Amino acid sequence: MECSFGITGKGYTIIASDSNAARSIVKMKTDEDKQKVLSDHLVMTYSGESGDTLQFSEYIERNLRLYGIRNHVELRPRAAASWIRAQIADSLRTRNAYQVNLLLGGFDLPTSEPALYWVDYLGTLATVPFAAHGYGAFFALSTLDRYHRPDMSLEEGLDLLRRCINELKTRFIVDLGTFKVRVVDREGVREVKL
Amino acid sequence: MNSILSRFSSTNALPANFDNEGGRQDFQDSINGAPAQFDLPGTEPARFLSQYTDVDSSNPAARIKLQHGTTTLAFRYKGGIIVCVDSRATAGSYIASGTVKKVIEINPYLLGTMAGGAADCQYWECRLHELRNKERISVAAASKYLSNIVYSYKGMGLSMGTMICGWDKTGPALFYVDSDGTRLKGDVFSVGSGSTFAYGVLDQGYHWDLTDAEAQELGRRSIYAATHRDAYSGNTINLYHVKEEGWEFIANYDAMNLHYDGPGDNVPGAPGGGYGWDVRTQGLSSKLEATEGQQTSGQGGRFADEQPLTASVQPPQA
Repeated sequence: MECSFGITGKGYTIIASDSNAARSIVKMKTDEDKQKVLSDHLVMTYSGESGDTLQFSEYIERNLRLYGIRNHVELRPRAAASWIRAQIADSLRTRNAYQVNLLLGGFDLPTSEPALYWVDYLGTLATVPFAAHGYGAFFALSTLDRYHRPDMSLEEGLDLLRRCINELKTRFIVDLGTFKVRVVDREGVREVKL
Repeated sequence: MNSILSRFSSTNALPANFDNEGGRQDFQDSINGAPAQFDLPGTEPARFLSQYTDVDSSNPAARIKLQHGTTTLAFRYKGGIIVCVDSRATAGSYIASGTVKKVIEINPYLLGTMAGGAADCQYWECRLHELRNKERISVAAASKYLSNIVYSYKGMGLSMGTMICGWDKTGPALFYVDSDGTRLKGDVFSVGSGSTFAYGVLDQGYHWDLTDAEAQELGRRSIYAATHRDAYSGNTINLYHVKEEGWEFIANYDAMNLHYDGPGDNVPGAPGGGYGWDVRTQGLSSKLEATEGQQTSGQGGRFADEQPLTASVQPPQA
């Protein structure tokens, strides 16, 4: 029932994920942050098998940090996404593969372009202008197809995200509660209230 | 109706080797007076059906492949009802037909849509066709009649989801009926494997006071969205408009043409140009234009040195 969205616009990427932590039919927590800020210009949402998500995201976070310390420069979003994908793909052929789905939202300083990558637990990586994971994809992808433009202002982008969440509120039987939203742009990562 | 039924009763649909004991039961219907003239296959109808069809998707060698994936929608607004459907029939993983009529024209005032087993739907809609009496049947009655019929066959492997749309003395009316026996009155319905995608566009663009042109455009766009995202929906799109004078067939559109070129020139309500995201946003960019005095070259990412480190990078060299 987890759900996350990513939307790129003129010079920014919006990353949003629901904040429920559920076990069986029980909601254990309703303000869980299912995102990791990997660097000044890169955010990752994670969803999937509980336990795997946390282990994997911390492994990614620490190793990208280590890379920064060793090389005095952070990986660009594309490079980070490729490396993360490789970690999932390598793990897929082991006995206990990480079952984690990711969205990577970033801003690439050298090209001044927002970056959004859709990664699933099989190690598929897709570069996309907007993305969704979970049941939300069934409802919101067509909404995004219909209303998204690459040159949207930040306010238009947030309005589009509100539309998607509104669609889930009207058609999806599960109430996903509030969404945690972060914006990545030239200035860096910041949290936004919808 | 009896003339039609006599054709059914004279031919035995069962093959010779099939255990036909008790094959002809008079289906004594007890529920709400649904007629009782149809033959039932002997013993277990559900088993009989799964022997020849892929109704439970477990019989790839079935002779009769049923249509599973589809997208249909109907919504009620101030100007009547818009009915829009795709035309793809899939059998397993391949496309069996791209020109299926999923809207049944029951009479000049009544339309039905079909999703689910195609054969089932066509069969039942034919039954519904026989409803004309001295007075035009109300949409509520027609849908109730259908729901009673399918409910009486519950558990026998029927699979369908349909919308009964029409204009009667109460005005425009829309009902959703499925093979579980559910019957719902409502304003906006979409049925089929692509329905969530259709809802995603339909809900966001819907309000009661749409003009006719806007409503038709909304129907087209919603089914287009489903054909784009759902592999089991596609090919062409049929659009109907139910008005006070009866229903009107608006047009048939190729989904691929809608993607690249849109519904064509001078179509009321259409903005012009293709519906596809890549077509619609051609030439637009998310790249941030460099502002004055801004450094555009240089390293990617942030320098790790610029942030305080909690761990020492390297011990000082001797």
